[in-house]
Amino acid sequence: MSKHLNLTLHVWRQKNAKCDGKFVEYPAENISPDMSFLEMLDVVNEGLIRKGEEPITFDHDCREGICGQCGMVINGRPHGPKERTTTCQLHMRSFKDGDSITLEPWRAEAFPVLKDLMVDRGAFDRIIAAGGFISAPSGSPQDANALPVPKENADLAMDAAACIGCAACVAACPNASAMLFVSAKISHLGLLPQGQPERHIRVRDMVAQMDAEEFGTCTNHGECEAACPKGIKMENIARMNRDFIKASLTYRPATTSGGGAG
Amino acid sequence: MSVAEQSIAGAEARGHGFLASSVGRKVVMAATGVILFGFVTVHMIGNTQAYMGAETFNGYAKFLHSMLHGAGIWLFRGVLLAAVGLHIWAAVSLTLDNRAARPVGYRAQQPVASTWASRTMRWSGFILAAFIIYHLMHLTVGNVHPSFDPANPYANFVSGFKAPAAAGFYIVAQLCLGLHMWHGVWSTTQSLGLVHPRYDALRRTIATGLTVLVVGVNISFPIAVLTGFIH
Repeated sequence: MSKHLNLTLHVWRQKNAKCDGKFVEYPAENISPDMSFLEMLDVVNEGLIRKGEEPITFDHDCREGICGQCGMVINGRPHGPKERTTTCQLHMRSFKDGDSITLEPWRAEAFPVLKDLMVDRGAFDRIIAAGGFISAPSGSPQDANALPVPKENADLAMDAAACIGCAACVAACPNASAMLFVSAKISHLGLLPQGQPERHIRVRDMVAQMDAEEFGTCTNHGECEAACPKGIKMENIARMNRDFIKASLTYRPATTSGGGAG
Repeated sequence: MSVAEQSIAGAEARGHGFLASSVGRKVVMAATGVILFGFVTVHMIGNTQAYMGAETFNGYAKFLHSMLHGAGIWLFRGVLLAAVGLHIWAAVSLTLDNRAARPVGYRAQQPVASTWASRTMRWSGFILAAFIIYHLMHLTVGNVHPSFDPANPYANFVSGFKAPAAAGFYIVAQLCLGLHMWHGVWSTTQSLGLVHPRYDALRRTIATGLTVLVVGVNISFPIAVLTGFIH
């Protein structure tokens, strides 16, 4: 059995959205290197509960890297030091005995801290609701080959759709920009035939909502791409910009009449 | 209000204005950047005539002032002034938004992918703005030049760079231009959506090549004067 770890955690503790927070130091003792990062926090929390203290609050759900719930800034990097890893997929073998670990919540005006390491990511929900969908009635399933999709587009759309909305991109961006997230959603719909009818209105509405949520703007640092647990590429941001330029140049104001149809 | 209703309310409140939007202001930044990069490149090429002697250099200056019956230079100045103005407006307005987007920072943020150039764009830009003002007062208007002669740009060029402090500031400003261009030229393609994996390596190569060329040649001017190569 490999050697157990003794660590020191510096954790952001904040009672609620209104209170100021501060860093509090906790020992994390006798931690198995086979534990996941969240299991390590579970152990620390059990100790806190036994002592009658308030456990550390953090978001988590599936604990297998697909739900996008978990996420904290670990030693200055969202989801910790490993590439393409969510916090729940990070294992304690990535740390050394005696390490000091700083834990902070995602920091963005658009994501108010609810408690400790948990933030309100409702801004992402509102961006999706502004246009991150297709409104074509699906009806009964058609033949798979009725809508031809080039293999390349299917692959790119799938790569973009791998976004789990964890918001590590916003956390990593020095400007707290949400452009990697928004562009992933715009790309995964915009690359497929079903996404075409609303492609232009979608990009305009989603960008407008992104701005209204007071996210920052991209300065092309590339930190988002490096932090993304799903490897979403900055190429998507360029596609969003391209779509936005086209949509802005060709946009027609909405009319109240139904036009000539029907 | 449902999430969808809140979203729509937010989107409508924003009014869909291109110049008010984040992407729109980034496009302004990139498009004016292209004009300014184009200008510094042409400016550098034109100035290499300093190596061809006083007659060629002064002839070039005369041509610039006389093209289109003297209207040409004012056309260029107008476009450049508008580009600089819009570039600075976009930079300031986006920077203010970015600052507001993260009111509480991290105790220890570790940069992973960003470069020193990308993180210092605001500083290099600020120094460049100060340099442009000085440069115009030094070699165009001449009011901070020790012995300015409007009829002899070549002599102004040589005597101007003989002051080590002035030459030093030019060199520092050119290094800032290098940082600004290296991130900016690459960044422009991203902001304008001109990105394709086939050309990713090329985008970096062009940014590096153009930067080294422009900055290298520009820095050579004060050095050539200080070492007596141009006299």
